[in-house]
Amino acid sequence: MNRRIKEKIIEGFFFLNGIIVIGILVGIFVILVRNAWPAFHDVSIGDMIRWPNWNPDAYTTPTYGVLPMLMSTLMVTLGSLAVAVPVGIGAAAYLSDVASPRVREIAKPVVEILAGIPSVVLGFLGIVLVGPMICKLTGRYNGLNAVNGSILLAVMALPTIISLSEDALGSVPRSYEEASLALGANKWQTVINVKIPAAASGILAACMLGMGRAIGETMTVLMATGNAAEFPGSFLGPVKTMTATIAIELGEVAYHTTHYYMLFVVGLMLFIITFFINLAADVFFHKHTRAH
Amino acid sequence: MDNKIRMKARDVNFYYGTAQILNGINLDIFANNVTAIIGPSGCGKSTFIRLLNRMHELVPNARLEGSITLDGSDIMADAVDPVEIRRKVGMVFQKPNPFPKSIFENIAYGLEINGTRNKQFIEDKVVESLKKAVLWHEVEKRLHDSALRLSGGQQQRLCIARCLAIEPEVILFDEPCASLDPISTHKVEELILELKKVYTIVIVTHNMQQAARVSDHTGFFYMGKLVEFGRTEDIFTRPREKRTEDYITGRFG
Ligand SMILES: Nc1ncnc2c1ncn2[C@@H]1O[C@H](COP(=O)(O)OP(=O)(O)O)[C@@H](O)[C@H]1O
Ligand SMILES: [Mg+2]
Repeated sequence: MNRRIKEKIIEGFFFLNGIIVIGILVGIFVILVRNAWPAFHDVSIGDMIRWPNWNPDAYTTPTYGVLPMLMSTLMVTLGSLAVAVPVGIGAAAYLSDVASPRVREIAKPVVEILAGIPSVVLGFLGIVLVGPMICKLTGRYNGLNAVNGSILLAVMALPTIISLSEDALGSVPRSYEEASLALGANKWQTVINVKIPAAASGILAACMLGMGRAIGETMTVLMATGNAAEFPGSFLGPVKTMTATIAIELGEVAYHTTHYYMLFVVGLMLFIITFFINLAADVFFHKHTRAH
Repeated sequence: MDNKIRMKARDVNFYYGTAQILNGINLDIFANNVTAIIGPSGCGKSTFIRLLNRMHELVPNARLEGSITLDGSDIMADAVDPVEIRRKVGMVFQKPNPFPKSIFENIAYGLEINGTRNKQFIEDKVVESLKKAVLWHEVEKRLHDSALRLSGGQQQRLCIARCLAIEPEVILFDEPCASLDPISTHKVEELILELKKVYTIVIVTHNMQQAARVSDHTGFFYMGKLVEFGRTEDIFTRPREKRTEDYITGRFG
């Protein structure tokens, strides 16, 4: 009797928590949509896509082209994945299968500490360390660009990719590993040819979540990428991502202007993109856990 | 009529950490024979045969004393690469463990990691190995299907084919039929009898009849010791040790 009531209370508590989380998610979405909605009266979706630049302060006709910042976000994100995915999977493979227990003991906390570095510190490193290095290597005057942001975001995405990929590798049945080693494979051959393919969906989920982090990251890119409003020319040119645009402009914009509403449109886009990336990660993750 | 000795274990003691698992094992494995290892669960049968291709090294706190030789040379010597040993001494596990890849890839894998790049050679070898493992006719039309879609018995024969592809000299079987139905078991047993013409075979089994049917020599392990070793017909008809007799007649174990 007593226990049944207790169980009911606990059950109710978790149910309530679930409801609250969903409520918050829906609430954010509704606020974004309500604040973004008026923008569509002033600016058509066609114009948002057609306009070549985002120039809300123009004296005659302000333009709100979203492609430059979409492109910027895409470049910085893909750039960061190009660095973080191979490095992250390699590190995970090394840690899970090749490293000695002692190396693992040291390396794992290091990865966790990496995850705890405040993004403003990374942005700072982008300005004083990565930027000058890029200048030296390329002979440019300005090292605040898409490459700089990519490198820093890679550092931010790495802990997620490493630790989740390592978990995925750890859940591959030991019998596959034994079969491979018994055929005369060494540890690297085994992890690359047998374990990574067997853990592919889990590793993909890890990369998706890392990507979700990179897309939504603001402070680092704000500090390190130069924030030029024009359409990004190359990875070595300055870019202004969606997150940086919102962070820079929302503080100064006059309320209930087209510009204000447009920033919410950008926020809504970001929300939808990250939502689908996380959803995809979840799908891959469940595929992985079902497979093993 | 005894063939020449292929592998030799001398005064082998084996420990996991401080727990002694094997105690003073002396055992000879004859060429082109089937040597059966029998004994109750937990007596160290798997532990013993995993020494024969150095699979015990996967466990960090494993420690070995004594010597194990293959054709007279010490397989445990520091200068010997375990990879070399595992290519010469192949292993088939208790539970069929094909990779989650196609049938073809499962067999090609061992060749590829050993540096074979010649596509034609690999294709020929896949066919040859599947034929040797008496699986060819069942899978020839679906070589590129996932190996996981095969039945348990077919998977086990695929694992045997995979092992044969790298041309080992000795093959270790650790209870290869433990998870198979009687018909599949029969097929694997026939296969083992066929294979011993070319290979030297060691098989761990729980099944007395199986040991009697397929093996030439039998070793009875009990609590980490080799209680008795001899010709299978002698072990099963006139065992020297009381404990062996009790075990094979089903009085314990
Ligand atoms: N990795 C390990 N670490 C510690 N003890 C182990 C390990 N593997 C097996 N053992 C122990 O070694 C003994 C022999 O096991 P095993 O060789 O698997 O027996 P069998 O194959 O005859 O059933 C058992 O007592 C088992 O608990
Ligand atoms: Mg066993």
